[in-house]
Amino acid sequence: MAFEKERQVLVIFPHPDDEAFGVSGTIASHVQNGTPVTYACLTLGQMGRNLGNPPFATRESLPLIRKQELKDAAEALGIQDLRMLGLRDKTVEFESEEKLDGMISSMVEELKPSLVITFYPGYSVHPDHEATGRSVVRVLSRIKEEDRPKLHCVAFSNNCVEDLGEADIRYNVKSVEKQKVAAIMAHRSQTQYMVASWGDKLVTQDPELLAWIHNERFWTYQWPDKE
Amino acid sequence: MEPILLAEAQSIIDSFAGQDVYLHLETTNGAYASHFDETFFSAGAYIRNALIQYEHGKITGAGPYRAGLKLSIGWVYAEGLTHFEVDGQGRLLMAGLDPAGKLAVALEISKTPFE
Repeated sequence: MAFEKERQVLVIFPHPDDEAFGVSGTIASHVQNGTPVTYACLTLGQMGRNLGNPPFATRESLPLIRKQELKDAAEALGIQDLRMLGLRDKTVEFESEEKLDGMISSMVEELKPSLVITFYPGYSVHPDHEATGRSVVRVLSRIKEEDRPKLHCVAFSNNCVEDLGEADIRYNVKSVEKQKVAAIMAHRSQTQYMVASWGDKLVTQDPELLAWIHNERFWTYQWPDKE
Repeated sequence: MEPILLAEAQSIIDSFAGQDVYLHLETTNGAYASHFDETFFSAGAYIRNALIQYEHGKITGAGPYRAGLKLSIGWVYAEGLTHFEVDGQGRLLMAGLDPAGKLAVALEISKTPFE
């Protein structure tokens, strides 16, 4: 599937590294297409369990480390507009909906994106993912259908294909493999273990690993039918 | 953080006794535990910046270690502690890291609120 040329892309996720595995190739491709990409990251992943092994972070230094990793990943992808929204990991679902929706709607109003990317509510496992997706859906649902940006969602719950069918948006991001791998590696505190498990598979062009890196998939959000 | 040295950790715990301190206490099995294993019962809790004062505290066990802080009307307890450090702000940070290095429990004590 070829990338449509977008006017402005807005990516909204709760944790640094949420963008890395399944979306960073898409981001890098839009950047390469000359489309401005804004990445809004709601928290600093303060409650992440990975502190390095042996540990190079503590519970208290982790947010500072992840903040820098996020900046490094954004730089690797060519993101010009990285926004850190200052919420705390694991608390997104407990914030007031009004506050959360306000943060997101003010960005949507300011940027008027043609494409928004977030998590698919109901199919994205982590409570912060779910709360983020729900808020984005609430905000966009208030926009008239003809003015509403496209909404592409990441889903990975065990039942997502069963319920939603296969993803309708599929990209091969091989041409930006370098940027994607650099973004994954930038989140060192969280991905060091995974990257180590690759061994020399990247060098030897292991087909399974390359397929995992090259293929990104999204579900177009299914708005309920109009009454 | 370094592997816990019992005597050293004990003396640091002693140094915070009998005064107002801020507590971060956390257990977690990760937000994805039930995703990877649907039979797994996921549970965890954390409290951040609880203002407490303990009469005395002890850290004990053969490693991983247990710590208990005796309050005038209650207790603070954590088990599975493996690593510790006193950070640049003089806070005692203790954590229990599993064999893969993932945090499972944290017990931290500070004279000033955590961010």
